[in-house]
Amino acid sequence: MTTDTARPVPVPGAERTATAPGTAAARLRRLLPGPAPGANGAAMYRRWWLPWLWTAPAIGCAVVFGVFPFLNTLLLSFTDAKPLGGAAGFVGLDNYTRMLGDSDFWLATRNSVLYALIVVPLMVLLPLLLAVLVEKNLPGIGFFRSAFYTPVLASSVVVGLSWQWLLADDGLVNTWLQKAHLIRSAIPFLSDSWLILLCAMGLTLWKGLGWYMVFYLAALGNVPRELHEAAAMDGAGPARRFWHITVPGVRQAMMLVGTLTGIGSLRVFTEIYMLGSSTGGPGGADRTLPFYIRDVGLDPLTGNAGYGSAVSVALFVLTLGLTLLAQRLTKEDEA
Amino acid sequence: MTTAVEKPRRLLPRWREYGRPRELVVRYLLLLLVLGLTVGPLLWQFLASLKGTGEDVFGRNASLLPHHPTLRAYREVFEQVPVATYIRNSLLVVVLSVASQLVFSTTAGYMLSKPGWKGRKAVWVVLVASMMFPFESIMVSLFLSIRDLGLVDNLVGVWLPGFVGAINVLLMRGAFLAVPREIEDSAMLDGANEWQRFRHLYLPSAWGAIMVVVVNTFISAWDDFLWPLIVLRSENHMTLTLGLSRLQSSSFGYDQRVVMAGSVISVVPVLVLFVITQRWFYKGVSAGAVKL
Repeated sequence: MTTDTARPVPVPGAERTATAPGTAAARLRRLLPGPAPGANGAAMYRRWWLPWLWTAPAIGCAVVFGVFPFLNTLLLSFTDAKPLGGAAGFVGLDNYTRMLGDSDFWLATRNSVLYALIVVPLMVLLPLLLAVLVEKNLPGIGFFRSAFYTPVLASSVVVGLSWQWLLADDGLVNTWLQKAHLIRSAIPFLSDSWLILLCAMGLTLWKGLGWYMVFYLAALGNVPRELHEAAAMDGAGPARRFWHITVPGVRQAMMLVGTLTGIGSLRVFTEIYMLGSSTGGPGGADRTLPFYIRDVGLDPLTGNAGYGSAVSVALFVLTLGLTLLAQRLTKEDEA
Repeated sequence: MTTAVEKPRRLLPRWREYGRPRELVVRYLLLLLVLGLTVGPLLWQFLASLKGTGEDVFGRNASLLPHHPTLRAYREVFEQVPVATYIRNSLLVVVLSVASQLVFSTTAGYMLSKPGWKGRKAVWVVLVASMMFPFESIMVSLFLSIRDLGLVDNLVGVWLPGFVGAINVLLMRGAFLAVPREIEDSAMLDGANEWQRFRHLYLPSAWGAIMVVVVNTFISAWDDFLWPLIVLRSENHMTLTLGLSRLQSSSFGYDQRVVMAGSVISVVPVLVLFVITQRWFYKGVSAGAVKL
C-alpha cells in the first residue's frame, strides 16, 4: 500500500516479460541497458489502440449519456416529442414562446432562484463554523465529526420522511412548541407553500452541513496556526480571529462551496417532493425547475418532451450563468 | 488521602492543554447542541421504529423513548411491504454501478495519466464536457434514449447512465499521477508489463481514491431518487428509496412505525460501509485527489 520508498517494488509475475519475445519492442528492450526509458518510454511498448480500448467505456458513457443528451435536448426543444414515443413534429420556437408566457414556469424559476439565494450564503457559512468547532483535537472529537456526517449518508427520502413527521401538525416540533406554550395552534409547516419551501431549504442545509464541513476541514489545515496565536496575543477575540484570519484563509474554499451549492440549489427535487408531496406543494406552488421539467416533460399521459426540453435548456442556461458568474468572482478575487 | 491530593495536580495540566475550562464547556455544549440537531431526527426515527402499537408516535402523549421496545415493526415491514424486493432491486443497481465504475474509472484514469498517446487531449475534453450538463437538464432526453433502448421500468435502465462517471475517471487519474515515476521505471526494468504495473503497482497505491469512488458510487446509487422515479413504473421493480417514498404518500394505510423501520433499514448499509471505509475514505479525500 505504501509507495513512499524509492526502493524497487517486487511485482508478482514480473519475470514473465511484458512484450512477446522476438518482437521488435523486445529486441529494442534488450538493447537499452541502464536507466529506465524516460517519461514517454512506456508508450514505446504500447500498441496504439490500447489507450483507446481502456478509455472506450468512459468515452462511450460520456458521449452517449452526457454530450449527446445535451445536444438532443437542444434539438428536442424545437419539437413536440412525446415522452412515450410517436411521431415528433418540428414546431420552431413555439416551445420557447410558450415558456415565456407560462406563469408556472416563472414560478418554478422564482422558486429555484430563491432557493439558491437563501441556501448559498448559509451553506457557505454554517459548515465553516461547524468545521472551526470540530477542528480542535479534543477528546471524543472524532465521534462528533462522524456523527455530524451521518445526515450526508442518509438518502433524501429517508431524511424527508423523518422531517415530514417532525414537522407534521401533530409532529414533534409542533407538539413541543405547544407544550412550551410558545404557540396555540400548530404551525402549518407542510401545508403553507412558503413554509414548505423554507423547510425544504432547511432540509437541504441540514443534509449538506456534514459534507461541506469535511470539505472545510481540509481547507482549515492550510491556515497557519501562528497567525491565530499572534492575533490572540494581541488580544483579538474568537469572533475577530474568525473574520480576519479564518475567513481570508479559506476564501478559495468558500468560493468553491458557493459555486457548488449554487448549482446544487438549482437541482433540488427530492426535498420538495418529500415535504410538499408529489404535487410539489399546494397547487404545485413549490415546484422547482427540475420538478417542473419532470411534470411537463415526462408525464406519461400529458407530458410534452419538447416543451420539457425547452425548460431544460432554460435550467442549463441558468446553471451556466451561475458558473460563469462564480468564475468571474473568483478571478476578481484573485486579482 | 494522598491520592486525592495528587489526582488534580496530575490531571489539571493535561486538561488545560485543551484550553481554558470555560471555553471547553462552551465548546462541548455547542457540540452537543449540533449533535442533537444533526443526529436527533434520525435517532428519533430509530426510536420510534422500536415502539409497539400501543405507544403513540405522534401527538401530546408520544414519548421520546419506547417504553416497551419491540422489533415488531421490522418483522411487519417485510410482511406488509415488499421491502425485500425493494432491497434486492437497490442492491442490484448498486452492485452493477460499483463494479462498472470501479473497473472503467480505473482503466480510463490510468491511461489518461499516461503521456504519449494520440487523442489523449480529445478524450479529456469529452470527459470534462460531459460533466458540464446537470443531470436534471438532460433527463428528458436521457429518458427518451432509455425508452428507445426498451429499458423503461427496467433496473438496467436505472444503472446504465451512470455506468462510469467522468468525475471518477478524473479522480483516479489524479491518484495515479501521484505515483512516483521511479517506482514504475524500476518495475519496468524488472520486466513488468503494462497490465502487471497497473494491477500490482498503480491500483494498490491509489487505494484511497478507489475507496472514494466505491463509497460515492454506493451512496449515490443507493440514495438516488429522481432517476429511478422517472424510469421505474411497476411495484416489483422499485428501488428502496422509491418504495419508501410511496409508503409516505399512502401513509394513512400504513403504520408509521413500519415506515420508520424501513427507513432505518435503508440507512444501515450505507452507515456500515462508511464506518468500514472511513479510514481510507478520509485519506483519499485529504490526499488532494478529490477536486469537488
